[in-house]
Amino acid sequence: MNIYVLVKRTFDTEERITIKNGEIADDGAEFIINPYDEYAIEEAITVRDEHGGEVTVLTIGNEDAEKQLRTALAMGADKAVLINTEDDLDEMDEFSAAKIIGEYLKDKDPDLILAGNVAIDGGSGQIGPRVAELLNINYVTTITKLEIDGTDVKIVRDVEGDSEMIETSLPLLVTAQQGLNEPRYPSLPGIMKAKRKPLEELELDDLDLDEDDVEAKTETIEIFLPAAKAAGRVLEGEIADQVKELVDLLKNEAKVI
Amino acid sequence: MSKKVLVLGETREGALRNVSLEAVAAAKQISGGGEVVGVLLGDSVQSFASEMIQYGADRIVTVEHANLKQYTSDGYSQGFMAVYEQESPEAIVFGHTALGKDLSPKIASKLSSGLISDVTAIEGEDDDAVFIRPIYSGKAFEKVKSKEGLLFVTIRPNNISTLEKDESRTGDVSSVEADIKDLRTIIAEVVRKSTEGVDMSEAKVVVAGGRGVRSAEGFEPLQELANLLGGAIGASRGACDADYCDYSLQIGQTGKVITPDLYIGVGISGAIQHMAGMSNSKIIVAINKDPEAEIFKVADYGIVGDLFEVIPLMIEEVKKLKAKKVS
Repeated sequence: MNIYVLVKRTFDTEERITIKNGEIADDGAEFIINPYDEYAIEEAITVRDEHGGEVTVLTIGNEDAEKQLRTALAMGADKAVLINTEDDLDEMDEFSAAKIIGEYLKDKDPDLILAGNVAIDGGSGQIGPRVAELLNINYVTTITKLEIDGTDVKIVRDVEGDSEMIETSLPLLVTAQQGLNEPRYPSLPGIMKAKRKPLEELELDDLDLDEDDVEAKTETIEIFLPAAKAAGRVLEGEIADQVKELVDLLKNEAKVI
Repeated sequence: MSKKVLVLGETREGALRNVSLEAVAAAKQISGGGEVVGVLLGDSVQSFASEMIQYGADRIVTVEHANLKQYTSDGYSQGFMAVYEQESPEAIVFGHTALGKDLSPKIASKLSSGLISDVTAIEGEDDDAVFIRPIYSGKAFEKVKSKEGLLFVTIRPNNISTLEKDESRTGDVSSVEADIKDLRTIIAEVVRKSTEGVDMSEAKVVVAGGRGVRSAEGFEPLQELANLLGGAIGASRGACDADYCDYSLQIGQTGKVITPDLYIGVGISGAIQHMAGMSNSKIIVAINKDPEAEIFKVADYGIVGDLFEVIPLMIEEVKKLKAKKVS
């Protein structure tokens, strides 16, 4: 089976966000594979181990993203592709990213593409469905279970807490929701092996794309931090009185109940 | 230039979702005095048209087909595109719901357009409209605008106010015929887990439990309090990892990002990942034994105490309050 996983390098969830010169400051920040993409990688490896084939992890970014690709290879992916846009593009949006990925995948004949349902930095969750549409294949988002039998696919999909039991077929793109699996940690032999696994680096030119073809349709004009919350009131006295006071405050001061 | 804006009206369990009415208000602002056209897709949706109009839509276009009874991205995109082609709008607004998140990127890709997802506020109108959306799960925000072509946005539930309901408003309701076919996804069954029907992302009140709740049974009083307040329950990652509740209830950077009017954190210490998911709630209440818990730093009101003592008392107080309202 020809399996691709779309991954993104993101800030560690522990990181606090600060802004410098109008942009998110990233000096000294820890980076990780987007947590939802880790579920996608784990599932891809499981599917390959069961059905055979090859797992290729794919990302767009600069050479710093090689670290996250090596981690995915250490988990067990077979090959990695880095589409390096650093020299070509200053600004990208979801339209640009999906177009680049779609262009790369269009002649690769994927049977299964996996991605996280959302990246924890940009948070738009657009790339998976956009890529599927560009490739004219079906997609199912926020999945928590995947079973493949030949080309038949059974999926459990999380929909705002409810579960949909879905039947569809390959080729298919799915996006991972929490609960799909428990991503493995790379083993030491895995890490050693990953160093020798193929990692291909491409630029827009190699995909026959111009900057104009992938020019962003939207632009970010400002980034700001939420207003710091003023410290609130910790109530005092007997617990029963505190509760009475709290309910009164919620009703009469905050007016939320 | 004023705009024609299409708004997708979404229904859930036989009712129009509130976020669709919020989307009408957003569309009105974007339109700059243009036209707001509601789009309803389903097997029988005519009955929702008047509500959308009373909340500000100028007219409604429906597509009714047996294959639209359940949402599928193939079915709904065919239905929506039929309306799009008839109307040629300059802008589109969806709710940022499970359906909106699933469908909007497909439509945007079909139309080679941008898509500004998960918008929580809009500044300016018409061509000057700027959209504010959270990034890093609400640890920061960005202002985004459309550079060219179709303007397409999805709005997060509970953030943009609906317009005042005007029962005297009327508008045209028309239908478009579309052949909805070749669906590649079959939904064999839907298992409902959200017992009370209030979705966390749209709930005005969320009562969230953490490790301090100590067991699945410990969540029952929280559910009772949430029900009394017309809200939903949520949880911290710790509580989900410990199997006290389902992962679908998780709030945080992995999990749901929520902005209810009232968030009550019970036995939650306030890890940074959890706070990213709830710190933009309008009012935050923290109930925790540990006075040093991080969550008190963002709480509007806090009670330092044993949740097993506090929550039953709170249920009693809220019951008294409700009884008063009735009498």
